[in-house]
Amino acid sequence: MDLNIAGIRLDVTEDGYLTDVSQWTKEIGLEIAKNEGVEMTDRHWEVVSWLQEQVKNDVALSVRGIKKSGVLNIKEFYALFPKGPLKVSTKIAGVPKPKSCI
Amino acid sequence: MKNLVILGAGTSGTMMANHLVSKLPKKTWKITIVDQYKTHYYQPGFLFLPFDTYTEDQVKKVGKKFIPKGVNYIQKKIDKILPEENKVALEDETIDYDLLIIATGSKIAPEETEGLLGPLWKKDIFDFYTFEGALALRNKLREWEGGKLVVHLTEMPIKCPVAPLEFAFLADSYFTKKGMRDKVEITYVTPLSGAFTKPTCSKSLSYLLSEKGIHMESDFAIERVDNETKEIVDYGESKIPFDLLVTVPTNMGDDLIERSGLGDDLNFVPTHKHTLQSIAHENIFVIGDATNVPASKAGSVAHFQAETLTDNILLYLKGYTLKEEFDGHANCFIETGHNKALLIDFNYNTEPVHGTFPFAKIGPLKLLKESIFNHWGKLAFRWIYWNMLLKGIAIPFVSRNMSFKGKVFDIKKN
Ligand SMILES: Cc1cc2nc3c(=O)[nH]c(=O)nc-3n(C[C@H](O)[C@H](O)[C@H](O)COP(=O)(O)OP(=O)(O)OC[C@H]3O[C@@H](n4cnc5c(N)ncnc54)[C@H](O)[C@@H]3O)c2cc1C
Repeated sequence: MDLNIAGIRLDVTEDGYLTDVSQWTKEIGLEIAKNEGVEMTDRHWEVVSWLQEQVKNDVALSVRGIKKSGVLNIKEFYALFPKGPLKVSTKIAGVPKPKSCI
Repeated sequence: MKNLVILGAGTSGTMMANHLVSKLPKKTWKITIVDQYKTHYYQPGFLFLPFDTYTEDQVKKVGKKFIPKGVNYIQKKIDKILPEENKVALEDETIDYDLLIIATGSKIAPEETEGLLGPLWKKDIFDFYTFEGALALRNKLREWEGGKLVVHLTEMPIKCPVAPLEFAFLADSYFTKKGMRDKVEITYVTPLSGAFTKPTCSKSLSYLLSEKGIHMESDFAIERVDNETKEIVDYGESKIPFDLLVTVPTNMGDDLIERSGLGDDLNFVPTHKHTLQSIAHENIFVIGDATNVPASKAGSVAHFQAETLTDNILLYLKGYTLKEEFDGHANCFIETGHNKALLIDFNYNTEPVHGTFPFAKIGPLKLLKESIFNHWGKLAFRWIYWNMLLKGIAIPFVSRNMSFKGKVFDIKKN
């Protein structure tokens, strides 16, 4: 599948995740957020950069990991990205959908 | 004399003792295995115990019976591993090792969820991942008159990831047989986006839930159990009411791993996913549910791992490079109720596929399709477990790495 955002053609997975993280820009993140019904604030962007950082360092993302991160608590995470915050926030951040590994 | 010490005499530890006893020279190696309990449980049987399909005696035996002659068996609690000194502290003595195998499995940690161990625990809230839990649930189900049954899974990873779903299917079957299906509302609650952990399964098998009239709530990350209102509540404040809650709590490695400073957040030991050597210490190997490798935590997986691990231990002792062989192969039966079952076969990189198993075209087992034959296979697994698996006897025609014969790769990768 591909997606057209801000005049750029992007490769995305079946459920809308960028396949190439390096294509991500803030503009693209904003566009995805709009589709997800999320209005981005500075705090949202902080969380997004933190997620990108984690992925860069090969840290597997999970709700439990967030709990222990000290960066934000889960209540806040849900308040920022309602309904499946991990799924929504990673999509906006342009990183792969976390595998809930077996 | 050198010492090889195996921690845990569950499925994996027992298999390793049986593999290694004939392979290590007796003159130079002494093998010791340690476990806290006398009883070895057939954990897959815990799924059937609540429904009165198995009796208590069918799922437990004296563990020592499965430890081969020539292996020193110590029944004691393990306090901690001292990796810098190559020692293990037991409750009242310390033993030395040259090579250590950690096979201490995983267990439920209900204390991780607020309210789970509240006043309703073992009254209206049950687990079936422990012998005691499964038994208490059996007694409850025998007299339960119906209402809202919520089958719930807290967070991944859990051992035997399909077990909670199987529980929901078997509950449908059980209440139908009892003539009270109309009095029971079954809801399956998962933190994942679909019923199955593997997306391809969710796609091709979601019909099973609607066919059986089971409701599903996905993406539900539990925050707490409200014992007063009898609801489970997630971080987003959605609430699901229950009369009877059957939950799979968070699964964690044993506390001894934490005391030893060898685990991750969930007390699982960081392990090389293809060789099974621990990341931190080259003379420590890890197998089964105790590892952090991204494979299913299942007896069948431990069986495939045991073959690779045996080879790698022998290579290690000779000073050779280890085989990067283990591929995450899992082979699981999924009970779907009404005497039918599915069979799935997958590894790290391949999603479950259609086809036949173990022989191309012939089967007799069908992959990803419900059949009565598969159900027999699941029941036969108990016999195979006690008589072949624990003893380290290879299951005929089923190889440690996933075979691609007779399988149809028609499902797109996600
Ligand atoms: C309900 C249920 C259904 C399942 N169904 C299936 C199925 O259908 N198919 C399948 O393949 N698998 C199934 N499994 C999973 C399977 O049972 C496990 O994956 C398997 O038993 C793992 O083996 P293990 O040796 O790693 O851990 P275990 O068998 O759990 O053994 C760990 C051992 O270590 C000992 N130990 C731990 N800590 C200490 C300590 N501090 N001191 C002393 N001893 C200690 C324990 O006493 C235990 O004996 C199921 C599991 C459950 C709970």
